[in-house]
Amino acid sequence: MPQSKPAAASATRSLILIALLVGAAAAAFAYTAGWLSPARLTPNRMVDAFTPPGGPPLGHRRNHAKGICFTGVFESNGAGTELSRAQIFARGEYPALGRLNLGTPDANAADASVRVRGMGLQISAPDGEKWRSAMINAPVFAVSTPQAFYQLLLASKSKAPNAMPTFVAAHPEFGGFAAWAKNGPWTGSYAEERFNSLDSFIFEDSKGTSHAVRWSLVPAAQPVPVPPEELATRGPDFLEQEITRRVQGGPVRWTLIVTAANPGDPTADPTRPWPPDRRTIEVGTLIARQIEAERDGPCRDINFDPTVLPAGIKTSDDPFPAARSSVYAKSYDLRTAEAADYPRAVIGGAP
Amino acid sequence: MIRPIFTPLQRILHWVTAVCVLAMLFIGVGMVSTVMPKYLTLVSIHKPLGIAILVLVLIRLAVRLLRGAPPLPADLPESLKLAAHLSHYLLYVLLIAMPLIGWGMLSAAAYPVRLYPGFYLPAILPQSDRLHTILWNAHYFLAFAFFALILLHIAAAFFHLLVRKDGVFETMASVSGSPSK
Repeated sequence: MPQSKPAAASATRSLILIALLVGAAAAAFAYTAGWLSPARLTPNRMVDAFTPPGGPPLGHRRNHAKGICFTGVFESNGAGTELSRAQIFARGEYPALGRLNLGTPDANAADASVRVRGMGLQISAPDGEKWRSAMINAPVFAVSTPQAFYQLLLASKSKAPNAMPTFVAAHPEFGGFAAWAKNGPWTGSYAEERFNSLDSFIFEDSKGTSHAVRWSLVPAAQPVPVPPEELATRGPDFLEQEITRRVQGGPVRWTLIVTAANPGDPTADPTRPWPPDRRTIEVGTLIARQIEAERDGPCRDINFDPTVLPAGIKTSDDPFPAARSSVYAKSYDLRTAEAADYPRAVIGGAP
Repeated sequence: MIRPIFTPLQRILHWVTAVCVLAMLFIGVGMVSTVMPKYLTLVSIHKPLGIAILVLVLIRLAVRLLRGAPPLPADLPESLKLAAHLSHYLLYVLLIAMPLIGWGMLSAAAYPVRLYPGFYLPAILPQSDRLHTILWNAHYFLAFAFFALILLHIAAAFFHLLVRKDGVFETMASVSGSPSK
């Protein structure tokens, strides 16, 4: 169809308008995706910051890469119902699945070389709800914000001689963790470690009242301090061998103790401990009954995302659970795609 | 000549889906690129909204099969007619597939599929790292394909409105209840 000149000009203008509209929508999408914001702290950047010089631990978690699975039960004594309506706190026994681990991006690290020990835990309620958490043995966290944690990762990897001193000077809140890392006791067993949530969460009771809490798993076994130099003589996997032997000899227990904040206690900053006089409630006992190697174990493909919570437990204004959730998901997506690099030993084992 | 347009129910369903899907795609790329507390808020919207879109599109498909669609203009070139039909089939496929892939991906990773506190969907797949990887990749790459297809859809709609001026845009964008003249 022949077009007059004004009609052709109008069509051109319209096409330019359409191109601008589509371009603007694409730009908004790219901005939202972070492609135009190289400084945005994304889960990818955080995961990359964990990568050791030799490359990431393919097929393994990007941090806390070395671990061993356990299964057992959580025996709830019913006392927790005062603070939370989660079914897990009603008196009874609930299946528990966990992972004892070392805070390192090296899946082959020698056990005595890693300061931070952790526990990932999932407790399952009959109503299908899961409570997942990931705790460590430090009494306070290292930094106050995910951004500061990223800076810490960069500084600790940096070859610049003043990287860490500069970081420490800029982050005085690091002092509590650093003091523990330097002077806190080491033990010869996962069973003697106290594992702390560090992050604050909100428990909601059956009346709808909220309670800011933190929790700890306190070992039933008496902690025996052992100098790290002596632990170094026990072989690279002594922690895994020790907990395997110990559980073969009988169940290993931790008491779950919930600490309730007073009004005004800092919930947004896991470097700040609450005063020691805060009310604590023993809500039950975690009992590990079986140990399994991670390679074919039930904890391998569980993401111990601390924001997987039952009704009755919520996140607080602490920024870390959200950051951990986003980064753990990235780590999970990567390692499950790399399963061939960490082959299962048992044919027909758990998929 | 009186041109038939989509029924009011079809138009409402289209525009509600449009808003939901655009929100969904922006929330999706936004949530995977942040470690801030809004990550949890975005994820908690993404999951129930995805299921809402699945329900919406199934209703929409049923209405479409019952009520049909206005014919494309007779003078539209065959190649553009083919492109129009194919792109609409693809849109329907993605509208149905994306929520199912997302649901399957969470199932294969043994994540509880929580729509809101205390309300869960059952797992639709067994736990499997292989399935999770396939579905995760599909969810990720199809999301960008979906957005590109929507941009094409929008460009085509405005092409009909501004360049061809053939009434196709009005079949879905009319506010009135009656066919346009």
